[in-house]
Amino acid sequence: MKAEAQTSLEDLMAKRKTPKRSAPESDASQATTTSRKKPSHESTQPEQSDQAAKAGQRSAGKAKQPAADGAGRPTDQTEQAQQPKATKEAGQEGAEETPKARKPKRRRSAETMASQQRDISVSEFFVKNRHLLGFDSPARALLTTVKEAVDNALDACEDAGILPTIVVEIDLVAENRYRVAVQDNGPGIVRRQVPKIFGKLLYGSKFHKLKQSRGQQGIGISAAGMYGQLTTGKPVVITSRTAENRPAHHFEIVINTRKNNPEVIKDIEVEWAEPHGTRVEIELEGIYKAGRRSVDQYLEQTAIANPHAEIFYNPPKGKKERFFPRVSDELPPEPVEIKPHPYGVELGLLIKLLKDTSARTLRAALMQDFSRVSARVADAICAEAGLKPTARPKQIANREVESLYQAIPKVKILSPPTNCIVPIGEDLVRKGLEREIKGAEIYVTKTRPPTVYRGNPFQIEVGLAYGGQLTGLVDHGTESDRGVWISGVRLAHNKTIEMALTVLPGLTRKKVVELLLQAGVNRSTRVRELTQDQVGLVRSALDASVRSQAQSRSIQLVRLANRVPLQYQQSACAITKAVNDVNWRRYGLNQPRGSLPTGPMVLVVHIASVWVPFTSESKEAIAHYSEILEEIQRGLQECGRDLGSYLSRRSHAKSREQRRNKLNLYAGELAESLARLTGKPRDKIAKTLDQAADQFAAVDLLE
Amino acid sequence: MATKKNSPKRKALAAKEVSKRLVDLAEQVLIQAEQGENPTVAIPVRSLSNVHFNEERSIIEMGDRTQKRILFNVNMAKKFMQTFLVAAACKDLVESGKTTSIRDLFYMTKHTLPKSGENTFNDQEESDPIIEDLEVAIQALREELHLFASNRGGLVGEITIVDAGDTIDARHMGTGGWAVPSIVEKDVIQFKKCSAEFILLVEKDAVWRRLNEDRFWKQHKAILVQSNGMPARGVRRLLRRMTDELNLPLYVLVDNDPWGLYIYSVVKQGSINLAFESIRMAIPSARFLGLSSFDRERYDLPDTVTITLDNKDETRAKQMMDYPWFQNRKWKRELKKMLDSKVKLELEALSAKGISFITEEYLPRKLHENDWIA
Repeated sequence: MKAEAQTSLEDLMAKRKTPKRSAPESDASQATTTSRKKPSHESTQPEQSDQAAKAGQRSAGKAKQPAADGAGRPTDQTEQAQQPKATKEAGQEGAEETPKARKPKRRRSAETMASQQRDISVSEFFVKNRHLLGFDSPARALLTTVKEAVDNALDACEDAGILPTIVVEIDLVAENRYRVAVQDNGPGIVRRQVPKIFGKLLYGSKFHKLKQSRGQQGIGISAAGMYGQLTTGKPVVITSRTAENRPAHHFEIVINTRKNNPEVIKDIEVEWAEPHGTRVEIELEGIYKAGRRSVDQYLEQTAIANPHAEIFYNPPKGKKERFFPRVSDELPPEPVEIKPHPYGVELGLLIKLLKDTSARTLRAALMQDFSRVSARVADAICAEAGLKPTARPKQIANREVESLYQAIPKVKILSPPTNCIVPIGEDLVRKGLEREIKGAEIYVTKTRPPTVYRGNPFQIEVGLAYGGQLTGLVDHGTESDRGVWISGVRLAHNKTIEMALTVLPGLTRKKVVELLLQAGVNRSTRVRELTQDQVGLVRSALDASVRSQAQSRSIQLVRLANRVPLQYQQSACAITKAVNDVNWRRYGLNQPRGSLPTGPMVLVVHIASVWVPFTSESKEAIAHYSEILEEIQRGLQECGRDLGSYLSRRSHAKSREQRRNKLNLYAGELAESLARLTGKPRDKIAKTLDQAADQFAAVDLLE
Repeated sequence: MATKKNSPKRKALAAKEVSKRLVDLAEQVLIQAEQGENPTVAIPVRSLSNVHFNEERSIIEMGDRTQKRILFNVNMAKKFMQTFLVAAACKDLVESGKTTSIRDLFYMTKHTLPKSGENTFNDQEESDPIIEDLEVAIQALREELHLFASNRGGLVGEITIVDAGDTIDARHMGTGGWAVPSIVEKDVIQFKKCSAEFILLVEKDAVWRRLNEDRFWKQHKAILVQSNGMPARGVRRLLRRMTDELNLPLYVLVDNDPWGLYIYSVVKQGSINLAFESIRMAIPSARFLGLSSFDRERYDLPDTVTITLDNKDETRAKQMMDYPWFQNRKWKRELKKMLDSKVKLELEALSAKGISFITEEYLPRKLHENDWIA
């Protein structure tokens, strides 16, 4: 039990906050922020010995900030005690200042108020604020539940060094009620930990570490369970097994929302076919939909981000089962936990580190508690701050910390180690893209070298797939097929071409008329009367219209943070801003001012970091740190350049071909006239002109 | 003055010669293509930049500059093809001895190119310049290519003409007059009897009708020609032949606006586009009779009949004043006066003084006072 670290609300708030460097905050906020980067929150905790138990410390994904409300609410006894006093003082001041004003009637006394002031359990808080966790709509609730469970499953497998095999099942049990089951082949969870992991909010292993992982806060999966419990009254069902020679345990757990404690309803040993792994089942009120922000899309994007995972997906409502095969048998290297880097440290954290350090001198403290601080660097910082390297850290913390804090940026310090970051890799991003976005004309992937924002290492990867099947062009059908085939559909012989084309998807009568006008084919021609030339004209007019539609559609942007697809709040995300700010016209795409480029393209941006800075409200959008924005833009530009040179080569070849066709067309007609004028055979003349055309098509291009 | 070129015997030879020139043009393309050269046809430039004013002869002449029309160049390939399409059609016409209208030729050569939906020509405005290109390229005139334009312009007056063997007494042409054909060479049109003392070219059909109805030509022993705007090549050639062969002075009566004066200049000196024809169409002796910018005061015309010059008129007037062949002091005076008074006058404006004012007062007085410029 003690092996687990319980996340405190205070810690959570501290992690979410990103105070400005130049403006140190009040004592109270410093106190909360200081806990931010403490490597191990409860130093009394023994090291975890049981590997399975370690892997089983599942935390859950959602990083929700209760701070918005929490800051104003009494959350512990001391604050509670201070609150009534403050209120009283304010009341008296008001009375003195406005003696003539009607004395406001006192509605409640400090005593009566005190009687109403009590502990708010975290669970209770989230019951009222479930939108913060991503359960604000039934459709989103279903997605969030799947997402939390899958993220946990992947984290668990990777921690244990197992290539993940994930099964996702969604069953419709009643109207707007689904059972979500997510099963992995991970290390399983030791029996005693299961209730806390799934039945207690803010409980997890990942919060206190500076280490790249999907989940961070220990909220997600238990919140999903709680949402299910709230909407259907059903418990969370867990089956888990840690090894083949151990029994599988089956749990049913409900969450006591008042006490933030799990209540185990059922705990039995069962037969299970899997040698190890975990299966979570949650029944919840939700809406299943396809398309944008759907479970399907989330899994597709997860597959791109996790080429080493295989996913079986069984969607509801009789939709076809899907399988996302593994494209790499290599597990990504395990991310390494790191110490904070001086450049990223905030004043509050610096004070806290100096106070708590076990080192006896300032030099030693700096070297011991930060990454990349050698004795030489520590001395340089001290010299810059005008402090003695041998000073006692606790004293510095009280007095000269400000000058120490300001000295840090002036000293050149090596960037933090970046081996703690595990990117997907150019090759695997490409493979993932090729697996999920099939038949594109060109794939470009770039992995930027790792870099740092505020002392946190991070790395950007960009991948794109352009053209080809993304354009939406369809094979019309081959010449050998009987009948008139357009867009893979055989047209009714007796209808007019106008009527016959309306059976094609997306073609209204009006659009058909426009299309035929462009093709220069009389719309009242019967399909059976069409000449081969006319069929060709209709086909190319249709292709041209599909192409132009594709050119004016926004690209599809896939945002990934530590291999987790982000689906909501696209417009608030730093990735989106970076994409918008790049001038894509330079790379041959269209782009409305200040928005996403348009064209048949899927763009993937991945940020991997020990701490992904999400915007406060939910883990759906990345904060606009300039270092991150710039780095994303560099990645985008690298990809853009490759795309641009490909597109210009393509359009060059295309215009060359068009010119050649034009020249051939006129040369053919010219041969006819020359034959009439000179009396020489037309074919011979045509051949002569054709040979000459070969020679000059290229020359003409240069002009 | 008449050339011997138009005798029937020479004509047959000319047909052969025209045909040969067309074939040579085609052969030259084939030779270039076989030698790996980009086939090129040199076409004399028909624009302001390639004309000059021959002050001695007082006509506009075409310069030596040619433009290359290149086959394997996306911007020129189509025109190249069109040139030979017209050439082939003309060769057929010349060899079969048939003549056709330029509109006919447009239809003869217009068809859709295979598998592209593109037409060889979209409208006649595209094919007409190609004909002119061909004319200058092989130095043969339109009629020598066996082409003609639609009849334009009318004629009445004291003359008897033989038109393709039919004798036409221009004194008995009713209200409509004799339509001037596009080809008026000596093999088609001959002047049989003429008692006229001068020719009057009127820009406007309506005014010409007024003069015809009033029998102006009878009273003043004149030939009355209307051109319905800028005179067609047939009208200009006919006027030239009449002035040459019958030794008659030509007076020009046009609107008092820049365009009217320009019509007069074209009749007298030739045009930019057809500079290659100036030598046989320009009439350097032509006299500008009216309307003069000074007529408004001289004939006491009311202010109500004037029209304010618009921007286009002013620009055109200034442009014309820069032409080397517009440096005649009297012409510039006309334009200057026009620009200063900021108004223009139509011929019909004279009717404000009475319906037959033009017949009974204006023209007689003008002619009597020799109130014209040249």
